[in-house]
Amino acid sequence: MNYTILIYETAADFARRNDPDAKKRAAYWSAWPLYTKALKDAGVFVGGAGLQPPETATRLSLRDGKRHVQDGPYADTKEQLGGFYMIDVPHLDAALDWAARIPHADGRVLEVRPNLVPPG
Amino acid sequence: MDARRAVEQAARDSYGRLVAFLAARSRDVAAAEDALGDAFRAALEAWPRCGVPDNPEAWLLTVARRRLTDGVRHARVVTDALSTLLAVTEEAQAVASAATVFPDERLKLLFICAHPAINAATRTPLMLQIVLGLDAARIASAFLVRPAAMGQRLSRAKAKIRDAGIAFAVPEPSELPPRLDAVLEAIYAAYGSGWDDVTGADPRRKGLALEAIELGRLLLRLLPGEPEAQGLLSLMLHCEARRAARRSAEGGYVPLSEQDVALWSEPMIDEAQQLLAAAERVGRIGRFQLEAAIQSVHVQRAWTGRTDWEAIALLYEGLVRLAPTVGALIGRAAAIAEARGAEAGWALLQMIPADAVAGYQPYWALAAHLQKRLGRMERAADAYRRAIGLCEDPAMRDFLARQALPS
Repeated sequence: MNYTILIYETAADFARRNDPDAKKRAAYWSAWPLYTKALKDAGVFVGGAGLQPPETATRLSLRDGKRHVQDGPYADTKEQLGGFYMIDVPHLDAALDWAARIPHADGRVLEVRPNLVPPG
Repeated sequence: MDARRAVEQAARDSYGRLVAFLAARSRDVAAAEDALGDAFRAALEAWPRCGVPDNPEAWLLTVARRRLTDGVRHARVVTDALSTLLAVTEEAQAVASAATVFPDERLKLLFICAHPAINAATRTPLMLQIVLGLDAARIASAFLVRPAAMGQRLSRAKAKIRDAGIAFAVPEPSELPPRLDAVLEAIYAAYGSGWDDVTGADPRRKGLALEAIELGRLLLRLLPGEPEAQGLLSLMLHCEARRAARRSAEGGYVPLSEQDVALWSEPMIDEAQQLLAAAERVGRIGRFQLEAAIQSVHVQRAWTGRTDWEAIALLYEGLVRLAPTVGALIGRAAAIAEARGAEAGWALLQMIPADAVAGYQPYWALAAHLQKRLGRMERAADAYRRAIGLCEDPAMRDFLARQALPS
């Protein structure tokens, strides 16, 4: 069964990616590939990506048949989507076990959702 | 004391005893919990108005029993109608002032929670809820399970206890040893294992250590002199005694061999040592006494300044014979590596089946450590990467990342 782990990050979290302190920057970057590798070694990795920070977002909506293009992310919340993993595991407990191993940081929130399976 | 605090105090002190007493009679844990929940709600109503009863337990018990024997689901009668409430209060006061002492049936409850008919993964959550009164959400967080799912599992288990007619009894002497093992294991599962692995492991059950120790104390009070119960409590106290030393001032992970012994809790270590000595006098060795003995050897470093790895290796040898868990096999390999060299430890580590350790972080952490000591840097780096990728604890991740750097 496929699950998606959505990773929500705070502004401070996003800032860590470009931390002026090389050590802190390295601490941020070094953990992700190892986690991805652990998923691959376990044979549960389906896909995933890190996302550029929310200010790079462009949103597109359709209202009354008219297209609206706007700057910025859809929701104006403290935590923004920073990336996601898609994994194939037998059940939710296993998905949560993997989610718990995602490199943690204060304020980072992980959301685990089963992928939708089309009916029929 | 104000009435609200009196209710909270009663809930903390007596929840398990009251559930045990009610469930032993109704044979229905969920119904006993519901009735007791109503009794606590009634107490929140009545005590501020009528004063805190002399014997709060007896008061709660009387109200809960009345609710249980009513059978019908009109719980609100107790909480809403003041006249009924006053009548109940009067009745309860009468019972309370008679200084009734009701028997402690929690031992039966512990055995029921760890009954073979109950799914092994549900035993610990069940104990935490029924005996200590923890809510499902908190248990769910510690066990990394959805709160709704944990609630369902607990309800199903309680229905099974009722429907399967699991006996509210302490097992016969002939079947006591395996049944007791299940109780001990369920309590230890609340504490979490792998805390003191040489190279470190992730604490899996966050925030339940004190509850586990409370259960351990309770079991020993109910089974005084039982050496394995003493061993388990000794083991948990030994691990707990080192809590403050496990993290540096900056929050970094500190392995056991580098911990500042001045930060270890002396009172806890004293108690742990006394428990282990008492258990050994009984002369019936078991898994938890061996695990406690291993911790006891580690503690000697506080006085001798060194760790007797040969003694630890010997104890692990015994442990592997009694309970060959992956954790014990890894602990033995680590101890042998310290006592007789990395090559000997590595040889033991390689004997563990690969599929048993594919996702087991402590294995990869130790493998990395030993490969590094053997100078096989390429393979060490690989194992470090694997251990880090499987880490849950950020402090451990940083520690392993530092270890992985060429020294």
